[in-house]
Amino acid sequence: MSIVYVLLPVALLLAIAGVIAFIWSVRQGQYDDLDTPALRVLHEDADAATARESDRE
Amino acid sequence: MANNAAEHARQSIRCTHCGLAVPAGLVVDGAAEQFCCNGCRTVYQMIRGCGLEQYYRLREAADADAAPARTTHRVYREFDDPTFADLYVQTLPDGTRSTELYLEGVHCAACVWLVEKLPRVVPGVIDARLDYRQSLVRIRWDDSHTKLSRIARTLDTLGYPPHPAKDARTRDLRTREDRRFLILIGVAAACAGNVMTLAFALYGGWFSGIEAEYSRLFRWVSMAIGVVSLAWPGSVFFRGALAAIRTRTAHLDLPIALALLAGGVAGTVNTIAGRGEIYFDSLTMLVFLLLVGRWFQRRQQRYATDAVEMLFSLTPSTARVVCDGAVREAPIEAVREGDLVEVRAGESVPVDGAVEAGTSWIDQSLLTGESRPVEVHAGQIVHAGTLNTASTIRVRVAATGARTRVGRLAALVEASSRSRAPIVQFADRVGAWFVPAALALAAATFARWLSAGAGGATEHAVAMLIVTCPCALGLATPLIFTIAIGRAARRGILIKGATALEVLARRGTLLLDKTGTITSGEITLVRWAGDESVKPMVAAIESQSSHPIARAFVRALGYPGERTDSAAGPDPPDGRADRRDRPNPGPDDAERTNVRVEQITGAGISASIDGMRVRIGSPAFVRAGGAAMPPDLEREEQAIIAAALTPVLIARDDRVVAVAGLGDSLRPDARAATGLLSTLGWRLGLLSGDHPAIAAAIGRQLGLAATAVHGGIMPEAKLAHVHAARRAGRVVMVGDGVNDAAALAAADVGIAVHGGAEAALAAADIYLSRPGLAPLAALVRSARRVMRTIYVTLGVSLGYNLTAAALAFAGLINPILAAILMPLSSLTVLGLAIGRRTFGDE
Repeated sequence: MSIVYVLLPVALLLAIAGVIAFIWSVRQGQYDDLDTPALRVLHEDADAATARESDRE
Repeated sequence: MANNAAEHARQSIRCTHCGLAVPAGLVVDGAAEQFCCNGCRTVYQMIRGCGLEQYYRLREAADADAAPARTTHRVYREFDDPTFADLYVQTLPDGTRSTELYLEGVHCAACVWLVEKLPRVVPGVIDARLDYRQSLVRIRWDDSHTKLSRIARTLDTLGYPPHPAKDARTRDLRTREDRRFLILIGVAAACAGNVMTLAFALYGGWFSGIEAEYSRLFRWVSMAIGVVSLAWPGSVFFRGALAAIRTRTAHLDLPIALALLAGGVAGTVNTIAGRGEIYFDSLTMLVFLLLVGRWFQRRQQRYATDAVEMLFSLTPSTARVVCDGAVREAPIEAVREGDLVEVRAGESVPVDGAVEAGTSWIDQSLLTGESRPVEVHAGQIVHAGTLNTASTIRVRVAATGARTRVGRLAALVEASSRSRAPIVQFADRVGAWFVPAALALAAATFARWLSAGAGGATEHAVAMLIVTCPCALGLATPLIFTIAIGRAARRGILIKGATALEVLARRGTLLLDKTGTITSGEITLVRWAGDESVKPMVAAIESQSSHPIARAFVRALGYPGERTDSAAGPDPPDGRADRRDRPNPGPDDAERTNVRVEQITGAGISASIDGMRVRIGSPAFVRAGGAAMPPDLEREEQAIIAAALTPVLIARDDRVVAVAGLGDSLRPDARAATGLLSTLGWRLGLLSGDHPAIAAAIGRQLGLAATAVHGGIMPEAKLAHVHAARRAGRVVMVGDGVNDAAALAAADVGIAVHGGAEAALAAADIYLSRPGLAPLAALVRSARRVMRTIYVTLGVSLGYNLTAAALAFAGLINPILAAILMPLSSLTVLGLAIGRRTFGDE
């Protein structure tokens, strides 16, 4: 028996699992706002600096 | 005026919060921080108090534009009301509450950081998450710890006045629709990827041979996945095509649906029969790529609708109705015309109407951008959305909801956003023409190959139908617009819809608003005629006011009490304009112990100094006080008007003793910008509320024809002008939104310039966040480049279709070739969209 008869269904199952995961994440609202996260990249530095400043006080 | 050095030094005092110049009267000697207004001071102190100074560094890093802080000092008592909670607050299973608020003043990345730091600022707030695009913040808080009104007040103090986000149901519906569409794209992508993988195996078989059983297996699985792709995500196109057929309109869905149907049916038949080619790889890829293009289009249309919702959020949803002497709270929908509503201090006016009882000061900044409150008393009109700052008033309702000024503005915005961009309509029209063309070509191919057998002829005809599918066409336009809009945003030009670019690329009429747009908006004292000895007195009186004209006087004439070289006024040119040397007005000057000053809004100042009556203000105001005008000064007044300056008369007792000319200087880049726009073929027009003579003079300086300049225009007249100009073609209106929000919405493209009112920002199609007119010229040039890129791309994609059609006619198309040609055309389109400098580097 060729291994293809195992590989093919497994690959399809993986694909379906991926689609289900995607659907779940969309329903969770993770894709609702695609613009703001780009701005949040800058926040890390500001947070670190703020933490440093408040530690100093 | 030899006070340039001193003036320059003085003007270099910048507000610690927003960076704009601090007016002279508000400079505090010896203080390390200076503020241009109370709002800025409040926000700065709040930020300092919570240790959030990183905000300023972030703002620099984000290269954002700073504007004076918007604080309204409202009390937000109604946020704690149970009725409010019913409408806008959800209680979560863990007992915390959640709500969504629309925030004013969110215009940069640093604002996101600051707002999301709310838990740190207000204990009791668990989470704050800001959606930058929609200016909506979702807050989760513990109600036993802190009340929503406190949270609202804090946001206001930080410079982001909040409003309840209305129409939660519509937004939820739209969110669910968007999510459904994303899921379709995900499924289409999964299908396309897997069919492609299977197709690779089949391609390999084409070249080196493949056993029949595997070929059969792969073909059947391809068909299964292909059918899923066509039936689920692909149904979007079939439904669209059916709708287009039913309504007999042109739509790009028609040729797409034709290709999908033909390829799907043929592929299924071939798989079952076990012979012939299958094209599921191309079909699934088509579905995926076209859905992505459609998604871009939807996003753009979404931005425009968001703006309308913001406008609705700005007006209250409840009102206090007075009924038989008793006051009860009612939802705004229940309020009728003719009702009497009560508006307390610190609340927003819920309706349009006339004041029936009470006197108060109204902050109209939402609608007009003017933050200085305007006094209202019985008989005067107030508008929904404005803020009552001083005392309770009772208003007879004239209009509610959609019929208020704000409501009508929102309707205008909505109407203009619903119309699809002309270029997209162009793609649809092409699509309709595609269908008969594709069918004709398919028939021709069938006829040509019929001699070789019906089976082979069908194969080739189907192949023809598939490769003539306008894939790149459906992808090109939305993609290029999205990229251009993204690039423009990074350069401070916020574009709401693709229509704007399309209109800007052609010629038409461009109407410019004068103050703040063409001119700098900062008034300076340019001319003085008459008695020079009254200058210190004028300075002393004007220092009591914060009106821009008063500030101009004080800037030019020096500070009261400052002993400069005599009555000539100007400050010593040795740069001694050190803050420390400037005493505060008042206590140390014995001769001004009996000074009483009264400001008359919009007219001038009336003062009494030791019994002497002084009037400083507009010619009408001063003359109304009974002052006689000597003829030489009258000539000066005329000369000042002719020079495009605003005349201000100074009268002492009953004689006019001096005439001052104040000017709003032209922006340095205005002349160049208007010149360029004329060269590009635009008919320029100037609309101004100022004196017609002043407008005419400015028009001359800009090189405009006299007929194109209109002065003395009231806001309603601006709207009429826009309508009149529209009959002659496309109209673009550029303004700073003060009183011309409706005109901005009515124009084909409304461009709001830096510093506009919140309502204008919602009404405009484009917002230039950097000051000056240079961005406008750059915008027009870029719009042309975008349209050129689109036409080039459309041409290229059509070229691909023609080449593929030729190959199909010659019978040379096979699945491999089709699968290569289609992504190739899409990639070329993508490459052109990204590669060509649309909002380029100028």
